[in-house]
Amino acid sequence: MIEVKNLCVDLGEFVLKDMTLDIKGGEYFIILGPSGAGKTVLLESIAGLYPIKSGEIWLRGKDVTGVEPEKRGISIVYQDHVLFPHLSVKDNLLFGLKMHNAKAEEQKNRLDWISELLGISNLLHRRPDTLSGGEKQKVAVGRAIITQPELLLVDEPLSALDPETRESVQQELRKLHKALGITTLHVTHDFEEAIALGNRIAVIGEGRLMQVGTPEEIFRHPNSEFVARFSMTRNIFLGKAEKKSSGDTVFKVDGTEFIIAADTDGTHHASIRPEDILISTEPVRSSARNCFHGTITHVVDKGSTLYMTVSIPPELSCLVTRRSFEEMELREGKKVYVTFKAASIHIFD
Amino acid sequence: MSFLKFIGRNRLTVTFALLGALIFLFVVLPLGKMIFASASDPQTLWKTILDPKVTHAIGLTLFAALIATLVGFLLGVPLAYLLARHDFSGKSFIEGLIDVPIVVPHTAGGIALLFVFGRQFLLGKAFGAIGITFVDSIAGIVIAMLFVSIPFLIDSAKEGFKKVDVRLEKVARTLGASPWQTFFRISFPLAWRSILAGNVLMWARGISEFGAVVILAYHPMIAPVLVYERFETYGLNYARPIAVLLILVSVLVFIILRTIAYRGDKS
Repeated sequence: MIEVKNLCVDLGEFVLKDMTLDIKGGEYFIILGPSGAGKTVLLESIAGLYPIKSGEIWLRGKDVTGVEPEKRGISIVYQDHVLFPHLSVKDNLLFGLKMHNAKAEEQKNRLDWISELLGISNLLHRRPDTLSGGEKQKVAVGRAIITQPELLLVDEPLSALDPETRESVQQELRKLHKALGITTLHVTHDFEEAIALGNRIAVIGEGRLMQVGTPEEIFRHPNSEFVARFSMTRNIFLGKAEKKSSGDTVFKVDGTEFIIAADTDGTHHASIRPEDILISTEPVRSSARNCFHGTITHVVDKGSTLYMTVSIPPELSCLVTRRSFEEMELREGKKVYVTFKAASIHIFD
Repeated sequence: MSFLKFIGRNRLTVTFALLGALIFLFVVLPLGKMIFASASDPQTLWKTILDPKVTHAIGLTLFAALIATLVGFLLGVPLAYLLARHDFSGKSFIEGLIDVPIVVPHTAGGIALLFVFGRQFLLGKAFGAIGITFVDSIAGIVIAMLFVSIPFLIDSAKEGFKKVDVRLEKVARTLGASPWQTFFRISFPLAWRSILAGNVLMWARGISEFGAVVILAYHPMIAPVLVYERFETYGLNYARPIAVLLILVSVLVFIILRTIAYRGDKS
């Protein structure tokens, strides 16, 4: 559907280089990267709003690299909505149709359709500055999709919203995508947002594409330390993999040997997700091959869940529910057992 | 006692209020005294209003300043937009040059204009060929006013365009608007308030111009030149009624335009 080939963009302070993406029709594609990674500029380049240094952009098998933005059929929704402040909600929504010289009847039909779809029929005569954050976001999305674009670009749509509105707008986006099937390219720095919405995720950082894959692939098998850290895997170790005479492969770090499922040797990174580690006060009998005794050194209360650091050494970050935390009377200084499967350890370079 | 206490607690506010009052009186006193002196002699004022030479001069002043403002609007707004939107080498040089008319003595500005628009010089000759001459003509008055007042419009319009989020224009483009449509439907309407304010300033500045105009066109006589002439030939008492009339007309125009320009500006 849309192909970005070897795109290079000069951001002044650094260069975004060799971006190659292949987004399928109807896909909800996420670009995940830290702030300042050039995500917005990448979107603007795809829309033709930012000059590119080199590379090509293909839309539906046609090269649109040199095509003006108004002729690409690519709509954009910015983080802080960017509604036309001098126009009513209705005129904001109709702007694109008017620019395309749509007939009055079609304008009316599409306006009814979009305002019903987004539940904003009661806002049509309001001015943008009288709307709440969530309402503005809906109008911005409506304005972008009323022209039925080939591709919808969404720039951090949830970042400017309070947590509650965030949740509802996120659901709205998912619903909308399901209902309309518009190919969507969404950039964010929020991993959970990426997991929740994306069919596929591309992680960018250090001026380039780090990894492309399904949320599961990025989540479970980060291909670099950058991706792993970014995907909130809190336990990342650098150590040595070694084959034992017993036939097991172990990963040595800080004098501790983790049994791993991967068949490898040499120096590697290993990651274990905090939620894959079981904490108990007694040793657990299970098929999990890794069981260690350690001391709780630190507890971070997140409300319904808690992160705690258990030092074997090395230090492992583990996630427990408030219920088990209270039942086991966990606290700093307490000795506990940590148990996890060999397959839970992900090895990467 | 409590008054002294109040002063003791608000020394800065009180000091600044006293200093502020001085400068305020400095501005208001001469104007007020002149207007009241004229009001006590309504007959002379009325005679002045009926003097065709005076009404013609005031009418000409307003008209020439309006033409200068229109020319400035047509040529200045595009430049203001370019300066607000693009970065290029030499930009700050251009911005600096545009503001030069504010700082040069206006008689010197008039002389400079004469060197380009005078009959024997480049543009003077070119326009002369199509029958427009800038010496002792309305056209001369207009370019003199334009020269000294254009910086106000360009600066104000530029600031107005800068305040318009570039992304509004970007969104408009993605929705199918051409660069022209984007300018006329988004950028211009959103910067309109600043542009209008710049136009008001420009017109007011044009009306008040004397130095540059007097070099290019002593005749036909605009009001400030007429005031000067009456003062030079007949003295203070003959210059005063015209001066009063000119002040009243300028203030009236300024108030009307400001009201229009800032109407509905609640934010």
